Amino acid sequence: MVDYSSLTKGDVVAEESFHLTRDNLVRYAGASGDFNPIHYRDDVALSVGLPGVLAHGMLTMGLAVQPVSNWVGDPARIVDYQVRFTRPVLVDGQTGADVTVTAAVGALEDENKIARIDLTAKFNDETVLGKAQVRVNLA
Amino acid sequence: MAVNPELQGRVFPPTAPYLVGREKIREFSRAVLATNPINFDVEAARAAGHADLVAPATFPVVVQEATLAQLLAEPDAGIDFSRVVHGEQRFTYTRAIVAGDELTATLTVSSVRSLGGHNMVTADSDIVDAEGKHVVTAISTLVVRGDED
Repeated sequence: MVDYSSLTKGDVVAEESFHLTRDNLVRYAGASGDFNPIHYRDDVALSVGLPGVLAHGMLTMGLAVQPVSNWVGDPARIVDYQVRFTRPVLVDGQTGADVTVTAAVGALEDENKIARIDLTAKFNDETVLGKAQVRVNLA
Repeated sequence: MAVNPELQGRVFPPTAPYLVGREKIREFSRAVLATNPINFDVEAARAAGHADLVAPATFPVVVQEATLAQLLAEPDAGIDFSRVVHGEQRFTYTRAIVAGDELTATLTVSSVRSLGGHNMVTADSDIVDAEGKHVVTAISTLVVRGDED
């Protein structure tokens, strides 16, 4: 259990890199029920003007919170999680894609011991999520 | 085709109950690259005080999906699915989802806005348990791209 009183705004609490392949996208499609073919078919992605197959935004959102889940220990302590989808993650058929996630303390709500953890998720050195904030109950 | 501004405030009928299965939580957890034992191991979940496996934070999207299907199928909505991009997503919890929960979602269109030739539709899905108690609200903002691009 993370000790709320030990946290300071700006502390980096977790960092992790995720390697995505097309296999991950197919697995996420099946698990989530989102079978939009732009997430597994190059021909469809190209036909709608995309540069190639993209990861589901919800897959990026889903994996980006995992370092926080592991840091806090119990995923049930996540009480609020929001993101904006700002850039797509292109997943090359041969080489895949690497997404790095850094989680840092963004704000501390002393009255109820909730820490806001801000996520920075990057692909090709550019952020892919905006206002990615996880509120974690440490009471 | 523009999104019908009269959608704002519309409340849809509750979805059929969704029974959260243990294996579905494990499948979804693997798919989002989770490694927390409380998502996979019943003993670990119970040791942490939960009745059963805890679902990952973004799992409500599975339950919410039926509500977004209602929205897209609404005859007067004016939402062309081929022009829809997912703009924002949020989950606000009263309590975590655990295996065995029977969940029902009710969609409310909380806002319809125009921005730079696009329409932004915000859809709130309130998800409650079998006793009608709030579990989580899943909020999606969909960007419906205009015709000119």
